Amino acid sequence: MSGDRRDQDVIVVGGGVIGAAIAYGLTRRGVRTLVLDESDRAFRAARGNFGLVWVQGKGVSNIQYAAWTRRSADLWAEFNDEIKERTRIDTRYLRSGGLHLCLDEEELASRSLLMANMAEASEGVFSYEMLDHDELAHRLPGVGPSVAGASFSAQDGHVDPLSLLHALHTAFKSTGGMLISAPVTKLCYEKGGFEAKTGKGSFYSGKIVLAAGLGSRALAPQLGLNVPVRPERGQILVTERLKPFLDYPTIFIRQTEAGSVLLGDSHEEVGFDDGTDIKVMSAIANRARLIFPRLERTRILRAWGALRILTPDGLPVYQQSRECPGAFTATGHSGVTLAAAHTLDFARFVADGEMPAALDSLGEDRFHVH
Amino acid sequence: MTKHYDIIVIGAGPAGMSASRTAAAQGARVLVLDEQSSPGGQIYRAIEKPHNQRRRELGSSYQDGVPLVHGFRQSELDYVNAASVWQLSADLEVGYSRDGIAQLVRADRIIVATGAQERPVPIPGWTKRGVMTVGAAQILLKESSVVASDAVFAGSGPLLYLAVHQYLELGVPVKAVLDLTPAKNYLGALPALFGARADFAKILEGWQWKRAIGAAGIPLLTGVDAVRISGEKSVESVDYRRRGEWQAITCDTAFLHLGVVPNINISMAAGCDCHWSHNQACWTVTVDDWFNSSVAGVSVAGDGVSIGGAAAAEAQGGIAALGALHALGRIDASERDRLAAAYRIRLRKEMGIRHFLDLLFRPADRLRVPREADTVVCRCEEVTAGQIRETLDLGCCGPNQLKSFSRTGMGPCQGRFCGHTVSELIGEASGLPISEVGYFRLRSPIKPLPLKELADLAHSSKE
Amino acid sequence: MFTKIGQTQEESVRVWFEGCEMTVGKGLSVAAALLGEGITHFRNTPVTAAERGPFCMMGVCFDCLLVIDGQANLQACMVEVSEGMCIERQCGAADPELDPALAATANRGETTP
Repeated sequence: MSGDRRDQDVIVVGGGVIGAAIAYGLTRRGVRTLVLDESDRAFRAARGNFGLVWVQGKGVSNIQYAAWTRRSADLWAEFNDEIKERTRIDTRYLRSGGLHLCLDEEELASRSLLMANMAEASEGVFSYEMLDHDELAHRLPGVGPSVAGASFSAQDGHVDPLSLLHALHTAFKSTGGMLISAPVTKLCYEKGGFEAKTGKGSFYSGKIVLAAGLGSRALAPQLGLNVPVRPERGQILVTERLKPFLDYPTIFIRQTEAGSVLLGDSHEEVGFDDGTDIKVMSAIANRARLIFPRLERTRILRAWGALRILTPDGLPVYQQSRECPGAFTATGHSGVTLAAAHTLDFARFVADGEMPAALDSLGEDRFHVH
Repeated sequence: MTKHYDIIVIGAGPAGMSASRTAAAQGARVLVLDEQSSPGGQIYRAIEKPHNQRRRELGSSYQDGVPLVHGFRQSELDYVNAASVWQLSADLEVGYSRDGIAQLVRADRIIVATGAQERPVPIPGWTKRGVMTVGAAQILLKESSVVASDAVFAGSGPLLYLAVHQYLELGVPVKAVLDLTPAKNYLGALPALFGARADFAKILEGWQWKRAIGAAGIPLLTGVDAVRISGEKSVESVDYRRRGEWQAITCDTAFLHLGVVPNINISMAAGCDCHWSHNQACWTVTVDDWFNSSVAGVSVAGDGVSIGGAAAAEAQGGIAALGALHALGRIDASERDRLAAAYRIRLRKEMGIRHFLDLLFRPADRLRVPREADTVVCRCEEVTAGQIRETLDLGCCGPNQLKSFSRTGMGPCQGRFCGHTVSELIGEASGLPISEVGYFRLRSPIKPLPLKELADLAHSSKE
Repeated sequence: MFTKIGQTQEESVRVWFEGCEMTVGKGLSVAAALLGEGITHFRNTPVTAAERGPFCMMGVCFDCLLVIDGQANLQACMVEVSEGMCIERQCGAADPELDPALAATANRGETTP
């Protein structure tokens, strides 16, 4: 079966949160789709994710990205209802509004400026509030005295990223999708079709989507694409389960539905090392207790490092290959926030064979040196 | 400033005590970190308590620990008890907590001697309160003189009979003993009995324990091939299947035992290569003749490598320490080999019976890999075998994806009581060899670490 | 049914479990001390509220979790009893609001000073 030419309409390379969202978006439209996923030990940013569905601060330098992010965040509820109905898996999505905490007055002032710029650029579509310490303490009882304030946007929310990935895989399978764990060794384009070579044989399709995260960089040239991504490590600590005390997600601290508290947001340039580092872990813990002194006595159960997939400007890259039409890439950070748009919109672009002008500025041309 | 030692030994059981003694005797600066309040490990637990040294009921092999602990106490080394080690990094930094303070220490060599833990016994009802391991029964007896009267013992292996024998010697009533050793194992193990330099004295001792149980009028049921625990909230009965028929024994306490498996969390988190042992049906650390692991500077010795028992662990600890001393340039190769010779002879003798025991007491497949959909596999997150199989049906590619999708292994025990079962369940679903399936990726902290202690670490390093 | 054997401990300490005073042997782990008093219900799980008690007694299984002097999720088999110790069942997830000093006095039935 796998040896037949054009057995699949589309092959999606990568079963992370971007690949799985697009793949499910294709099968739900009736497109025959195969996902080629890497092994269990792959760098899988989707498994190291913090779980924010986040709008504030996104796309300050790029209006199209800001609009694309807002669109996905606005589609999230509908998208979530659909996958929940189809899979019975509750992703714990909640558009609760979210907080960006500022630890000192200076940070709060520059945040305020940034938010104002964002709102202006969005022509009023992006809404937010700036909170001083007292206003913040009202929403986050127990917040530490050293926290100066926060920006709040009702457009933000959070989700359990692991349940999301599980739900996407389940939804994909239940709509006829096929997933094979076989890292891709080579991609070929000939006579208007594609061949993906793997350790488990070759697979053929009319179209192909490269969503292999950090692996996209090496595979992209084989499809005439340019995906210059690099890893940036983020470490996350997770506590024992606590009774609910935190009503809003923040970029440093988020309490999951299960009660565990995730502590994170480190940014480290350490190449492909996805391990943990005690100094960074300690700094994350220290910041957490400044924000919530009561967390001092809770225990860290586990910690992990995961690699963000960053382009030079930090924004994702969406492109159809000019050299090999039918080859697309969707690679980058923020796969959770963008999951709804990937399933509901991007999969349609692939099916129709055309990228919209609204994502022009997120193509690979921006990486060319002029 | 981070304290620096020549050698840090993690664990003060037979392997750890032997390794640290050997290293200290050659003048190395040694730090021993152990989780318990006194040295001895699980096998010689609480051996320094005077009442235990008087207790003949605990058996002659328990008393073997007396000179070992004595020698350990006489050695010039830093011994830290009640230390919870939560990190061993590949660059040989050890993190531990004691008295509410986390500390980092370093050494040129690390010897991991973390011993064994009970193998998971994922049978229906094994999470109910009143169900404990046979190892737990032993610890309660040795350390606290707490026993359960009229308990049912179910399982397989020498420790099962030793524990029942100890209860009998102390006059504690036992309700019944269910032997879960598969009948076919007796035949399969027979060649190993004659093929190897088997220790007949030990086999005889085991046989005598068994006979004493029968003589005491305690029902000893062999050929039991399935068992489950019934009861609403706690144990009300142990149900067993024998010759195709189910029977129930009423009781409020059940002790289970299917042998022990290496405690691999520290070694795995440090990045030591491990492989699946078919005969022992467990993960074992890959080591060379001097017990060096795949991580430079890290040796692993004793039951934390693979199961060999206390005497073998003691010999391995000595050999590992000599290898480390040589690597540090403290002794030359000929001195190392000369000192290791006696340990090697002892180790060969101990390993003679091991192969026989492995084959005889290898638990039946259905006891390691639950058939029933609603049997709990992950005790912490209460994930059942059925839920795991359903997740695997998605084409889930391994233990880490399974963990993400199902929360299996995410709880505080960090997979210690589900990891083996999970590897085997994935092997069953995928048809892959277990070594290829792999294990959960473990990372520091491997024991829960209070946030304050972790945060304080940054503060003190800034000063 | 769990019981103690041998001579009674020469030294003992007083602890409170769920508000009830009991005298237990000095040097025992909290888990052994409670089992010796016939107590096997240590916690309710955060997932299904199932009742659990000690399983491995060697710090591996995390099933004997208790609230000890206000500190949640402590392994009872790894903590020694001490005079005046306040022990409670761990019911579900830890409570981040719990103040150890308040919890301790509340348990002994004392009023806060």
